[in-house]
This record gives sequence, structure tokens and C-alpha cells, in this order.
Amino acid sequence: MELLVATGIGAMTASGVYLVLRRRAFPVILGLAMLTYAVNMFIFASGRLSVDMPPVLMPDAPGYADPLPQALVLTAIVISFGMTAVVVMMALGTFLETDDDRIDEDGDAPGTGAEDGR
Amino acid sequence: MNHWIIVPVLLPAVTAALIVLAMRSDIELARVFSVAANALLLPVAGALLWAASTGDPQVYFLGNWPAPFGIVLVLDRLSALMVGLTAAMSLMVQLYAMGSGWDARGRHFHALWQFQLMGVNGAFLTGDAFNLFVFFEILLIASYGLMIHAGGGARVRAGVQYVAYNLLGSTLFLFALATLYGVTGTLNIADMAGRVAELPEGDAALLRVGAVLLLLVFAVKGALVPLQFWLPATYARAPGPVAALFAIMTKVGAYAVIRFYTLVFPPDTPATGGLYADLILPAALATLAIGMIGVLGAATVGRLAAFAAVGSMGTLFLAVAPATPQATAAALYYLVHSTLAGALLFLVADLVIARRGSGTLAEVRPPLAQGGMIAALWFAAGIATAGMPPLSGFLGKLLVLDALAGRPDTGLLWAAILVTSLIAIVGFARAGSTLFWKAHEGGAAPEALPPVRALPVVAAVALIGMIALQTVLAGPIMDWLAATAEQVHDGSAYVAANRLTYGED
Repeated sequence: MELLVATGIGAMTASGVYLVLRRRAFPVILGLAMLTYAVNMFIFASGRLSVDMPPVLMPDAPGYADPLPQALVLTAIVISFGMTAVVVMMALGTFLETDDDRIDEDGDAPGTGAEDGR
Repeated sequence: MNHWIIVPVLLPAVTAALIVLAMRSDIELARVFSVAANALLLPVAGALLWAASTGDPQVYFLGNWPAPFGIVLVLDRLSALMVGLTAAMSLMVQLYAMGSGWDARGRHFHALWQFQLMGVNGAFLTGDAFNLFVFFEILLIASYGLMIHAGGGARVRAGVQYVAYNLLGSTLFLFALATLYGVTGTLNIADMAGRVAELPEGDAALLRVGAVLLLLVFAVKGALVPLQFWLPATYARAPGPVAALFAIMTKVGAYAVIRFYTLVFPPDTPATGGLYADLILPAALATLAIGMIGVLGAATVGRLAAFAAVGSMGTLFLAVAPATPQATAAALYYLVHSTLAGALLFLVADLVIARRGSGTLAEVRPPLAQGGMIAALWFAAGIATAGMPPLSGFLGKLLVLDALAGRPDTGLLWAAILVTSLIAIVGFARAGSTLFWKAHEGGAAPEALPPVRALPVVAAVALIGMIALQTVLAGPIMDWLAATAEQVHDGSAYVAANRLTYGED
């Protein structure tokens, strides 16, 4: 199980990083989503992997699953969901305003993109 | 339990919600409430400062759950200082935003501002690592909104880069926290400090991974090279007052580094040792060089101010890296100074852009209407940022130099700080002469513009006043900061205040 979870997290992180480096809005957003899935799994695993354990102390159970990472994951999911929504809206706004979905510094080079001269 | 500790978080939160719900279409009402809330923060922060400097650190147990099971807020001298600095600086910048009309150019400015304050204050006060992440997210999501306030293609585009970069930073933060939780089994910062000190040999590698990941996250926030790429484009494109408020955001990164790497991973930790100082010092040197060279080479006024912010973070981290009480005290003095000076510089840059119609330094434009006053403000901001006498930037750099004396690499560090200061002076002089002197060459008369409204100038002058106050009162302030640095480096009072309990009782 450890091997499966670890490779799963690794594969998601790797594809997330690859997509983020694509520098166009859609792959970057997909990559960020992928990275948040990976980190959610990672947090979950940080409480150690266990099967069929209750998340509370029970006298008749052989052990327990750490409940704290589960609560942390919940927070992380909510936050990353909100953040993804924000970045989608902003990317959409950029695309509609500038007709371009590149995410890089080129437009900021001196003398090229200084439309408003800031 | 001192309930005032949570007020710097609750007050902006409630105000923001009120503004969103009841005043979203009435900018005047929103202004009144927003400024009133911010002004109320000042006495609260003052009382907290007083409480922190006259007694031991105090802990606020949320829901009265004992640490390390519940979330805690910790008030010590360092966090009180940061909250006070935020309240004072934010009030001035907010007055500027209203005076210049920036807040009326889009919606929800004041609500986002209050949420930003909530996040910043919470990040300074929290004593829980995961809660720090949550407050980071609150201040970030508010900053996303503020960053693209008033819209425009170029700004939103820079905003998307900013958001994408910081989302990566947040993911990294979660990886770091999960690693640390996996190793230490706790998220309470005081508890984590105890666990890290007693960690078995076998977990040292994982702990080091967690510590370095965490350092990377704070380096993203603190714009430490090589993770500073997001800053110049973002700060240069953000509305002037928003960029000025963001001056405190880079300091959140510096604060977190000071907090974590003195309390949780002090230099005498067997597992990590001086690891982070070895990483921070070269990065800080590079940050300083890139920032100040950026000031000299900037093509627009906004980018000049942004690179000056990067450079000042370099100086700050140079003083953070040695992790001695003397260096930390110098770092804190410079931190207060660079926050005020950074905010001032962004405000003055915004005044220049508003009067001149463009911030480009590549072409000479006709003289500014009321150029004399704006040039004087620019001069003061330049002196403060570059670190020339008589303002506190000079004293700050002197203290940093003094703190770095007596090391094997003192020569290199001193040379770096002094040479980059010279580069910054040349950069500001070059920009100033393009903006204010060369403009007279063509013989063109200034455009007839209505006079600058009083409020923005008052706000900028008030910031100069605070910098001057910091200069005049440097002696008492340094005494106070030296005691603060002692408390930060000792850490035992911080841990004791958490009253950690593990038993059944």
C-alpha cells in the first residue's frame, strides 16, 4: 500500500509540475489542481497509513487512525478549491482582456508591455 | 486569558464582513468604517505592545482547548511589534488610497483591505503552524483581489502570474507542514520546538527536508533570490497604495523565518544545525545585488520601487542569517524601517505616475505640475530606501553592518552592503534627474493640473514622520528591540506560555 500511495503522489506531483511549466493558462491551472491533489494525499499519508481503524480511541479496536491529517486535508481541500476558482476567473479575465493566455514575464519586458507605463 | 489578543484578527474580519454585506454600494460609508476599524486597531496594538513589553508572552487558547491540542495565538514582543507596525502603516496607506481615489476605481476595495489586515495580523499572532498556513491563504486571497483592483489587461495578467506563483508556494507549504507533522507529530509551534530538539537520529533526514521546504515557502513570501521573480511584475503593476500595503507582506516571510528558525530550528539543533544560515546568507547577498542593480536599471518608476523592495529584503535577510540576538535586533530595526520606507516609496511613485501620466524612465516628459513638492517627497523616499543619513535607513544599515562584524566573511558582506547602497543611490539619482530635472530642459511649462489633493500628501508625509521618529528615538527603540531579540532567541518563555499538557487531566 505504501508503494502504491507513494507512486501515486509522485506521479501526480510530477505531472503537476510538468503542466505548471507549460506557461499557458489552461495547463497551468490543471497542473495546480494536480499538485493540490498530490499534496492532499501527502497530508493524508503524513498521519501514517492504516486500514480499518477508527479515527477515535476505542477500547475494542487494535489501534486508531490519526484524525488530525483528515481535518487538515479538509481545510486544504476547501482552500485549494477556492484558490482554483479564483485563478480560473482571473485567467479568464486575462484571456478576454488581452486575447492571450500566456503566463510568463515576456509581456513585462521593458518597452514591450508597458501600456500604462507603470 | 487576555481576550484582547484576538481583537487584531476579529476586528478586521467583522469589519470586512459588514462592509461586504451592508456597504458594498456605498463607498463613503465603507471608507468611514474601514478607517475607523483601522484606527481602532492602533490603540489595541498599542495596548498589546505594552502588555508584551511589560510581561511574559501570553497565549490565547481558542475555545479554551489546552495546547498542543487546540489552536493558540501567542502574543510576545515580536508579534506585538509586527501587529503595531501593520496597524500604523496600513492606516496611512489607507488614507492615501482614499485621498487619491484609488479605492473608488473598483469594487470591494475596503473589504479586501480588511481581510488582508486580518490575514497579516493572524499570521503574526498565531502559534500554530497549520493556522499560519490558513492565515497566509487569507492574506493571499485578499491580496489577489487587491492586486487586480481597478482591472486593466496588464494588471490582471500580472495578477495571474502572481496567483499561480503563490499557489505553488501554498502547495509547497502544505508539503512542508505534512512532512514536519509526519516527523514530529504536532503542529503547535512551541510543542514542535520541543519535539525537534529531542528527535531521534533516524528522523533527521526527513526533518531537514521539512525545514528546507518551509524555508523555501518563506523565501517565496520574502522575495529571496531565486524565488523573487513574482515580485517586480506584481508590485509594479499593482495599484500604488496596494503595492505599499504589500510592503508588509514580504515582511511576513521574514517574520516567519525569524520565528521558525530561532524557536523550532535554532542553530544548535543537532538535526539541522546552521543549515539554514548557509542557505540564507548567499541568497540574501544575491537578493541585495539583484534588487539594487534592478533599481539602477528599472525602466519604469513602479519597477524601480519594486526592485528597491527586493533589495531591502536582501539587507534584512543578511541580518537574519547569523541568528544571533544582536543581528536579530538589527534585522528588526531594519524591518520596521524598510516597511515604512517601502510603503512611502510606492506612494510617492504613485503620485509621480498620476501627475506625469506615465512612469516610464526611458523618455523625458514635460515637468510635473507641483513638481517641487513631489520631488521633495521623492528625495526623502530615496534617502530612506537607499540608507543615507539622516533617516533611519542609515542607522538600520549601520546596525546591520555592526552585527555582521567579526565574522570570517565580514569583508565580503560589508562590501556587498556598501556597494549596493551606492548603486541604489545612483539609481535613485538617475530616476530623480529624469523625472524632475531633465524635464525642464525642453523649456516646456508644466501641464496645468488641479493641485494634488491634501490627503495623499499628508499620508506620505506622515510616513516620513514615522521614519523620522524611528531615527530620533533610535536609542530607546534599539534597547527595546535588543530585549525582543533576547526573548526571541531564548524561546523558553514562549514555550512556557503555551502550558503544554499531554496527560489525561
